[in-house]
Amino acid sequence: MRALLELYVQQFKTSFATMLQYRASLVIWLIGQVLEPVIYLIVWSTVARASGDQVGGFTSADFAAYFLVLMIVNHVTYTWIMYEFEYRVREGGLSPVLLRPVHPIHNDVADNLTSKMVSLPGMLLTAIGLGLIFRPDFRVVPWAIVAFIPSLALAFVVRFLVEWSLALAAFWTTRVGALNQMYFVLMLFLSGQMAPLSLMPAWIQVTASALPFRWMVAFPIELLLGRLTPAEALIGFGAQAIWIAVGLGLVRIVWRAGVRTYSAVGA
Amino acid sequence: MSTLRLLWVSFRVGVMGELAYRVNFVVQLFQSIVGLGTALAGLAVVFAYTDTLGGWQADEVVALVGVYILVGGVIGAVIQPSMEEFIESVREGTLDYVLTKPEDAQLLVSIQEVDIWELIDIVVGFGVLVVALARLDERVGVAQAGSFALMLLAGGAIVYSFWLILATLSFWFVRVENILVIFQSMYEAGRWPISLYPGWLRFGLTFLVPVAFAVTVPAEALTGRLDGTSLWGALGLAGVLLVVSRLLWRTGIRRYSGASA
Repeated sequence: MRALLELYVQQFKTSFATMLQYRASLVIWLIGQVLEPVIYLIVWSTVARASGDQVGGFTSADFAAYFLVLMIVNHVTYTWIMYEFEYRVREGGLSPVLLRPVHPIHNDVADNLTSKMVSLPGMLLTAIGLGLIFRPDFRVVPWAIVAFIPSLALAFVVRFLVEWSLALAAFWTTRVGALNQMYFVLMLFLSGQMAPLSLMPAWIQVTASALPFRWMVAFPIELLLGRLTPAEALIGFGAQAIWIAVGLGLVRIVWRAGVRTYSAVGA
Repeated sequence: MSTLRLLWVSFRVGVMGELAYRVNFVVQLFQSIVGLGTALAGLAVVFAYTDTLGGWQADEVVALVGVYILVGGVIGAVIQPSMEEFIESVREGTLDYVLTKPEDAQLLVSIQEVDIWELIDIVVGFGVLVVALARLDERVGVAQAGSFALMLLAGGAIVYSFWLILATLSFWFVRVENILVIFQSMYEAGRWPISLYPGWLRFGLTFLVPVAFAVTVPAEALTGRLDGTSLWGALGLAGVLLVVSRLLWRTGIRRYSGASA
């Protein structure tokens, strides 16, 4: 445990130093993460205003609240591991990692958290600035606000495990681009990035709840905005727990199988 | 004439280089179709709740998406790979080889690299456009078609000059490709009618990164929304930027001293 803690501290330092070198690429990632929710915010607000400021239970101010919270939740939970893993496998960068006595997922977790610690304050300021422009309407439900933080943390864990497992596809194919694109399309429609899930056709809502997608992004947003009953919130936490268990199993199985096929191309 | 001939040569080199990787064609085709399906499904969700979006009907927005994919394909097939290659060659010093050739160096640099699989997007975008137009038939006359073609050319010239100006800055600053990546992510916003956006965002998408001229203005021309001011504005801006980028190119090339030589 102590050793693991030291590993995390060390990885924090390394990641931090790396990030300071690549500030520009961090900012570019963030532009995309701000722009996409803002575009959908504007589109849906326009739709709401055109139909008497009410679309499926959302006013334009509700849409503003939804997409600004989405921006933060998406930022907290996102990973870039699916882009990076292909590179690691192709260039043989994985070889030294395999020699270390700890599971490589720890380095990635620490790396991810460091990056978020640096960028999250900026994202929050951006969200507040956009809030002044788009005037969101927040319904304050005290218990839901308290429950939001754990739901966000669990959403991060679910998304991290799922994306880390998918990233391992790079062990078997060097063309992960198409796979990643498929995944991002599913995320767009099923995790609530394009529209609140309640506006989607019923079969999409069912699929999103049956798969991990809803629990990775949409659930914490719905919770914070006071759109869930306590019972629905409990179901959500249960679903997150189940997907974390599944994700842990998946990481273990896929990682073992992947390492066996890895032959260090380029090393 | 020689421009077309050189473009053809670049294209053939691109084909020869890529034919070794034929699976890429299937992968790219798959990705283009998924991209198109995503865009159309997104429109279907939005238009399930409304008939018009900021005054645009569903088929008109589909036409806009067609223009978006088409122009994105042109940028991805020729402009972006050529400019990236150019920036790289300034850093590596291999621009020397281009400068020794007996053709205009700006022209050579601008069409030196053709990503042939991106041409699929041009075809897909054109296809979407034709289908959308067929469904809108009564409102697209010869005048609209003509001004659409004109605005497409002007938009292309503006986007090209914009990239060339930024890429030319690499004569002074070594790292400029980040600005170009920002264009890529801002381009996403062109998928929807720009008139939806609030003033500050519209301004940014018109003058900071010319997404409006590349996508929205041609689509407006096609759907009969374009007023004279925008038309002449686009033509004027295209002319000015072509001249400015040319002048900047000349200044830059004089400064280039060949890092490797």
